[in-house]
Amino acid sequence: MADRKKMALIASKGTLDWAYPPFILASTAAALDMEVKIFFTFYGLTLLKKKITAKVAPQTNPAMPMKLPFGPEFVQGLNIPLPNVLMGNIPGFETAATILMKETFKKKGVATVEELRSICIESGVELISCQMTMDVFGFSTNDFIEGITVGGAATFLDFAAGADIQLFI
Amino acid sequence: MNEIQVDQVLDCRGLSCPLPVIKTFKVINELRGGEILKIMTTDPGSINDFNAWSRQTGNPIVQQSEDPSIGEFLFFVQKKVN
Repeated sequence: MADRKKMALIASKGTLDWAYPPFILASTAAALDMEVKIFFTFYGLTLLKKKITAKVAPQTNPAMPMKLPFGPEFVQGLNIPLPNVLMGNIPGFETAATILMKETFKKKGVATVEELRSICIESGVELISCQMTMDVFGFSTNDFIEGITVGGAATFLDFAAGADIQLFI
Repeated sequence: MNEIQVDQVLDCRGLSCPLPVIKTFKVINELRGGEILKIMTTDPGSINDFNAWSRQTGNPIVQQSEDPSIGEFLFFVQKKVN
């Protein structure tokens, strides 16, 4: 395994929809026998919290298909268009959309974000939290899961410089 | 088609990307070089994914097949000999 390929990711977003890509790519790369490090910065830091509370906000994702995960098949296939002015003002809409997305993912046999994160940790993916944004947003390592590394841009770039794949998410 | 001697079976039916590949890597790591793992999947992306996984890890797919009537895919992966 002398020449394992390397992948360097930056996870900068903290909503449920954007929580998936870094953990999916990292866990898969580990299964492809690659060495992986993820640098969590800005809102991505919240994905390191002991309990991930990420939600999805449909009103900021105009292209997001709004579908129901239950009911007869023709109902599930319907795309329910809701104007932003409604979505942004119905109390609890984000929570409802989050529950629907989680339910749809579960029904399709997709792992939860927490499961994917655990797989990453088990398979040796290094999770680096950005010290500067931790300071800005008032996070301490006690807020985060155990086993993470704390570092700055230079820590990430040192690894990314020798990586075969580098992605900003 | 020759009968393949299977050493372990992994059922990934109903699972979506990336779980089948992740579970396969976990199980293949427990096998000895030369042993065969049989994997069943239902994710249509798994044909491309398993071939990509095989290329990247060097564990050859000795046989693969598809049963369109039930939407199932079968892979026989051999653990590479180090």
